[in-house]
Amino acid sequence: MDWGALHTILGGVNKHSTSIGKIWLTVLFIFRIMILVVAAERVWGDEQDDFVCNTLQPGCKNVCYDHFFPISHIRLWALQLIFVSTPALLVAMHVAYRRHEKKRQFRKGDQKCEYKDIEEIRKQRFHIEGTLWWTYTSSIFFRLVFEAVFMYAFYFMYDGFRMPRLMKCNAWPCPNTVDCFVSRPTEKTVFTIFMIAVSSICILLNVAELCYLLTKFFLRRSKKAGNPKHHPNHENKEETKQNEMNELISDSCQNTVIGFSS
Amino acid sequence: MSWGFLRDLLSGVNKYSTGIGRIWVAVVFIFRLLVYIAVAENIWKYELDEFECNVKQPGCENVCFDHFFPVSHIRLWALQLIMVSTPSLLVVFHVAYRENREKHHNRKLYRSLGEIDGGLLCTYLISLVLKTGFEIVFLFLFYKLYNGFKVPRLVKCDIRPCPNTVDCYISKPTEKMIFLYFLVATSGLCIVLNLSELSYLIFKYSIKCYLKSYVKKHQ
Repeated sequence: MDWGALHTILGGVNKHSTSIGKIWLTVLFIFRIMILVVAAERVWGDEQDDFVCNTLQPGCKNVCYDHFFPISHIRLWALQLIFVSTPALLVAMHVAYRRHEKKRQFRKGDQKCEYKDIEEIRKQRFHIEGTLWWTYTSSIFFRLVFEAVFMYAFYFMYDGFRMPRLMKCNAWPCPNTVDCFVSRPTEKTVFTIFMIAVSSICILLNVAELCYLLTKFFLRRSKKAGNPKHHPNHENKEETKQNEMNELISDSCQNTVIGFSS
Repeated sequence: MSWGFLRDLLSGVNKYSTGIGRIWVAVVFIFRLLVYIAVAENIWKYELDEFECNVKQPGCENVCFDHFFPVSHIRLWALQLIMVSTPSLLVVFHVAYRENREKHHNRKLYRSLGEIDGGLLCTYLISLVLKTGFEIVFLFLFYKLYNGFKVPRLVKCDIRPCPNTVDCYISKPTEKMIFLYFLVATSGLCIVLNLSELSYLIFKYSIKCYLKSYVKKHQ
C-alpha cells in the first residue's frame, strides 16, 4: 500500500475527465508524487540527524528543531497531495453509482435501457453533464481550495519559501541564544520552490478546467434555449471522438477503481 | 506480507458493502492507511535514537523511554488499523459460506449472494458494531496511556539507574501531536460513518419488515 495504490484509484477517474483534467492528473503523478518519492524524501531524510546546534546542552537540539519545524515540509507535501487527490474520488463514486443504476435498469429489463449487455455498461464512459457536471465541478473547486490552503499554510509556517542556513534558538533548555544549522538548505530551497511552482501550475490548470466547464455549460444552455431541434447524437459523436483521441494521448491506466466499478 | 494484504482484503469487502460502507473503505484507505504508510511512519522512525536525556548514566535513556512509551504511538496506530479492518472479514466469510452452500445443494438458494438480507444482514450489523467498538477501545487506550493526545517536549524521569530526576526530551513533539489529532479525527469520522450505516440498515429493514407484515395482514 503506497502511492501506487492511489495511482490505481485515480487511474479509473481519468477516463471520465476532461482533457485538462487528464493533464492535471499527469502533472500530479509525474511532477509531484514521483518527485516527492524519488527525490524529495531523500533530501529531507536525515533532517533531524544533521540538524546541528552549537551547544553541548542535551535536549537543546530537539527543542530547537521542534520549534522551527512544527511539521516537516515533506509531511506537509504528502498531506497536500493526499487531500488534493481525494476530490476526484467524488467523481469516481458518482460514476459508480450511475453504473449501478444502469445495471439495475438493465437487469429489470427496462425498455428505456439502450445497452446490449452488462459489459457495455461497465466499459461505458459518461459525459460530463447533468448531476455529474455538478459533482465534477465541486471536485475541482475543492481541489483548488485545498491547494490554496496548503500553499498558505506553507508560507505562513515557514515565513516564505526559503530555507535558511542558520537559525538562532533560545528555547529552554538552551542556555543562551544558540546557533543551529539546517542540513542541505540550498537543495531544500530548490525543491521547495519546485514544488510550489508545480502546485501553482496545478492551480492554473484547475482554474482553466473550471472556466472551460462553465463556458461549456452556458453555451449548452444558450444552444438549448436558441435551438430546441438540435441533434444530440451528432454532438455526442464529436465529443466521443475527441475523448477517444484524448485517451490515446494521455495516460489512461487500468479500468478498475478499487471495487468502485465492479 | 505487508499492508498490501490489508488493501486486498478491504477491496474484497467493498463489493458487499452499502454506499456508506464504501465511503468508509475509501476513508480507511486514503486518510488512514496511506497517511500512516507514506507520512506517519517516518516521523516515529528514529524515536528512540532521538530521545535524549540530560545525563551521561548508561541505561537511563532506555529505561525512561520505556517508562514513558510502553507501546509506541505508531504501533498502537497500526494495531488499530488492523483490528478495525478485520470485522469486515466476517461478511466475506459469510458470503463464501453461502457460495459453498449453493454448490453443495447444486441449486440457487439465494436471490443474490451478496445481497444484505437475512443472516448476512446480522453478520453485517455485527461487523459494524465490532468495528465501532474497536475504534472506541483504541481511542480510549491512546487517551489513557498518554494522558490525552498531547505529546510533551520534556518529561522528567527518576527511575533507576537515573541518578536523580533527569530531563528527557522527546523528538518532534509538535509534529507527532498534529498527526495524533489527525488520527483521532479520522477515527471519529469512521465511528460516525459506522453508526450512520448501522442506523440506515436498521431503519431500512424495519420498514421492509413492517411493510411485509402489513401486506400479509391485508391479504
